[in-house]
Amino acid sequence: MIDVAVDVRGLCKQFGPVRALDEVDMRVPAGSVGAVLGPNGAGKTTLVKILTTVLKADSGTARVAGHDVARAAEQVRYRIGVAGQQVALDGLLTGRENLVMIGRLHHLPAALARRRADDLLERFRLTRVGDRLTRTYSGGTRRRLDLAAGLLVAPMVLFLDEPTTGLDPGSRNALWDVIAALVSNGTAILLTTQYMAEAERLADRITVIDGARVIAEGTPAELKDSHGGTRLTVVVRDAGEVAEARRILRRVGAGDARLSGDPRRITAAAGGSPTGLLALAARELESAGVALEEIALRSPTLDEVFLALTARDRTVPPC
Amino acid sequence: MLTATPLSTDYLRPSPPDGRLDRMGWAVRDSATVAGRELLHIRRLPEKLLDVVIQPVILVLLFSYVFGSAIVLPGGGDYREFLMPGIFVQSVFFVGAGTAAAVSLDMTEGVIERFRALPMARSALVAGRTLADLLGVALSLAIMAGCGLAVGWRTHRGPAAAIAAFGLLLLVGYATSWLATWVGLLARTPEAATAVSMGVVIPLTFVANTFVPTAGMPTWLRTVADWNPISAAVEACRYLFGDPVVRADGAAAGWPLSHPVAATLCWTTLLIAVAAPMAVRRYR
Repeated sequence: MIDVAVDVRGLCKQFGPVRALDEVDMRVPAGSVGAVLGPNGAGKTTLVKILTTVLKADSGTARVAGHDVARAAEQVRYRIGVAGQQVALDGLLTGRENLVMIGRLHHLPAALARRRADDLLERFRLTRVGDRLTRTYSGGTRRRLDLAAGLLVAPMVLFLDEPTTGLDPGSRNALWDVIAALVSNGTAILLTTQYMAEAERLADRITVIDGARVIAEGTPAELKDSHGGTRLTVVVRDAGEVAEARRILRRVGAGDARLSGDPRRITAAAGGSPTGLLALAARELESAGVALEEIALRSPTLDEVFLALTARDRTVPPC
Repeated sequence: MLTATPLSTDYLRPSPPDGRLDRMGWAVRDSATVAGRELLHIRRLPEKLLDVVIQPVILVLLFSYVFGSAIVLPGGGDYREFLMPGIFVQSVFFVGAGTAAAVSLDMTEGVIERFRALPMARSALVAGRTLADLLGVALSLAIMAGCGLAVGWRTHRGPAAAIAAFGLLLLVGYATSWLATWVGLLARTPEAATAVSMGVVIPLTFVANTFVPTAGMPTWLRTVADWNPISAAVEACRYLFGDPVVRADGAAAGWPLSHPVAATLCWTTLLIAVAAPMAVRRYR
């Protein structure tokens, strides 16, 4: 059994003048979920295409399920499943015909391909629409069938390229449940997404890419910590007391105590021992007679981390 | 949404082919799967067959009644006897022109992306298409033959020779289909594929002995027409169907027209030998 499902080292890809991937490194351990997070055009889809043997890299190496994607593409293809943002289905075939065809092209024996197609239609609650042409399907239904098409064989590694982009919240949650069930069955998953919440909910580790490069990597908690960590928020009842409250917070060791847009709100870095600081600040403020509306610790959301990490590209260059 | 029973089962993970024979077996089965997909498309969109079905009928009627009423063949003989082999060959080439556009359009579809990540034989997508094309050509030939019989065309050399003629036409169709597939894969848009293939097919099928004997053409044009591979194919069909009047005057017409069956077998085989590997390579 392999212990690294996806192992990418120094991967580069150039399309004419455009650099799509620049020295990308990442790993997904067997049986875990790795998310590749990045804004549109960051290089996520190019990475998935190289890992699924659809495109060739210019340099660097990538091993999937223990085999090199360039030198042993066929071995890789036998061990992966793919569900993509392109919704790769044949619109003139029914859902069932699509699944049977893909099963056959995975080299399942005909009877087994048919049985497997029936089974997947049932699991994904598609039996009712299974004999309709897929071009008549709604967006959510097509996504479900697309995901089922990635599971005709039991893949060692499943690639999901933006599986929930453009889905309504109900269909998105349903897809998340399916993915969670797959993970609990031991399938390794590489998922790309533009949504932090999706990466946070599904992934063990997150690789953030922007402008073709890896700009951050870690568990969701590590990424949050690396970016400022927990902050203490204090809201005073009377705006006249805000200066006094800020002085007290500085004295007890809260760093970087700032006023925000709200004249009664102060936020400060909570440092190494957030709960100790919270207790101390509450006591000191009370003994100084400052009446509080709220005092709380807050973790930065991953969305904030993501926006901060990818912010440098968002400034418009001068003409 | 997903039941709790385990999804992964080892029997559901086929292994790569074991040896050359196994690999070839899968290449054939994969091609059949792709051809099955093409046939399902035709079942869902029968209008895809319109040009294969209607065009031949129009051509037979147009040429036998409109042109045939004015064309007198040197050396005599019925124009319809002369015409049918020409129309058979030309229609086979028109099917090819359609293939180029269809292949080009197919490549823009998302499902192709999925095919590339599947362990199917690399040759299967194009091979399967040409196989489905062959059925289209056969259908088109059958309709034309029916039409021809209705307007008075007959074969004169017996069923074996007639079957050989249709076999040769299918071979021409298969070779054309490979060439068209290659063109379709090279073209950047379906429109370009159509423009290129029609731009080649029209002069190629008219500057030949398809509709008129080459003897009356200016010398330079006659040389081009006599050496046009289409002329050899048409001449071979005329020979096999038993057109009673022989018009190609042997040595003067050059080797292809004096040995039309051999010449046609040669160029179709050569075309497949070149276009098939190039098309497969291009798809990769």
